[in-house]
Amino acid sequence: MVLLIDLSGLSDALELLSLSPPGWGSNLLRGLVHSLQIAFGAFGMGLVIGLFGAYGKLYGGPITRDLLAIYTTVIRAVPELVLILILYYVGTDLINKASQAMGYGRVEISGVIAGIWVLGIVQGAYATEVLRGAIKAVPPGQIEAARAFGMPTLTLMRRVTIPAMMGFATPGLANLWLIATKDTALLAIVGFNELTLETRQAASSTRAYFTFFLAAGALYLIVTLGSGVVFGRIEKWARRGQPSLRGGGR
Amino acid sequence: MPSDPAPEDAPAIQLIDLHKHFGELEVLKGVSVEARKGDVVAIIGGSGSGKSTLLRCTNFLETPSAGRVVVDGEEVRVRADGSPADRRQIERIRSRLGMVFQSFNLWTHRTLLENVTEVPVHVLGVSRDKASEQALVLLDRVGLRDKADTYPAYLSGGQQQRAAIARALAVEPSVMLFDEPTSALDPELVGEVLRVIRDLADEGRTMLLVTHEMKFAREVASEVIYLYEGRIEEKGPPDQLFSDPRSERLKQFLQSIH
Repeated sequence: MVLLIDLSGLSDALELLSLSPPGWGSNLLRGLVHSLQIAFGAFGMGLVIGLFGAYGKLYGGPITRDLLAIYTTVIRAVPELVLILILYYVGTDLINKASQAMGYGRVEISGVIAGIWVLGIVQGAYATEVLRGAIKAVPPGQIEAARAFGMPTLTLMRRVTIPAMMGFATPGLANLWLIATKDTALLAIVGFNELTLETRQAASSTRAYFTFFLAAGALYLIVTLGSGVVFGRIEKWARRGQPSLRGGGR
Repeated sequence: MPSDPAPEDAPAIQLIDLHKHFGELEVLKGVSVEARKGDVVAIIGGSGSGKSTLLRCTNFLETPSAGRVVVDGEEVRVRADGSPADRRQIERIRSRLGMVFQSFNLWTHRTLLENVTEVPVHVLGVSRDKASEQALVLLDRVGLRDKADTYPAYLSGGQQQRAAIARALAVEPSVMLFDEPTSALDPELVGEVLRVIRDLADEGRTMLLVTHEMKFAREVASEVIYLYEGRIEEKGPPDQLFSDPRSERLKQFLQSIH
């Protein structure tokens, strides 16, 4: 008897999660794809900002350094939810004002692009600090040797500094990536149909809250586990040539 | 050397009246050194005498406060503050000065072969195949051909330093700069590195060699310079300088290290 109820409960849940209507599975997957798109874009944008930010903080002039200090301090001090609200509404407002000033009408801003932009700025502040620490951890002799052989600055960055710092940066960057995937959920508040918002809609339409949020949790978990494997490989590659225990030194 | 713009008889390197100060501290107080092709100039002196700084000023790893550096007859152009005025020129000149460091400074994320081909391929524009072929010859020369695909961290200090010498040779340098190449090595590994350097001296490579190995300096150098507190206290052919030092300070220095 109990078994029968359980089984019928399970089959109900499976029906709700089915990929074809009336199941909501495809909605959840669409939400996941949007979440991953935003996370990828934001992480990539964060890396670019972080690389320039780290170099600016390490080698820039006093004004560059001050501006970057303000950027990383403010972004890291304010809760991400608040930042998302500020950056999203201020950003879209500014773009619309600019567009109207130039004689165009209001522009429709794609949710994915806006999400990438907002989270990318947040990620950039953290990535700046991760990469700055990693660059500082590169033994100075490696950079000096490249200079001594006449390597131009950009080649030196590409061929020596960045590869040498990757081993130090990977654990921090893996953290940032996982934070990026989960921060996409915060975008639900400005109405992006990423995974969390899709889940909420499915749940409130069917009243099957437990089923849908459990399913969403499982999807986030799968993303995390997959990321762990990928970053494990990246770290192994980035640390090539470095024995795991350097002869007991350090 | 291919495409030397300089006349045949130009010295390989001239350092003219180099000064260097770090804030208040004057490390070099006007030092001039000249090496013709094939010369091996050994620079000796106590710690703090300025010998490493002198070598590092040669390729502008340290910016000389005053003075001139001329490589193959080409003078490094500098700004009023002494820093190189033309980045391309200093990069080109640096790539002709193969430097070997005290702490090897091999690139740890690259194999020995990649370390040796790095500068030819990515600075001098040599094709990868040609650079690899040449790198294997050089690694063979320093006895490391079988380690070509090994990362530096898995090698002894002596092996790493020999690889670093191969890396410096790969740029076909006009002058080789050795900055205390054996000071970071365990005593039993010093010999293998000195053997390689001696071979290079014997085949007529031009070198500036900062070293603590007095016996070695005496054997390979064509001229020895003794630096004391940023000035040349005495210089001359090795036999005379070591057997019959005129300066009181050099006498004391030579006694103190025996």
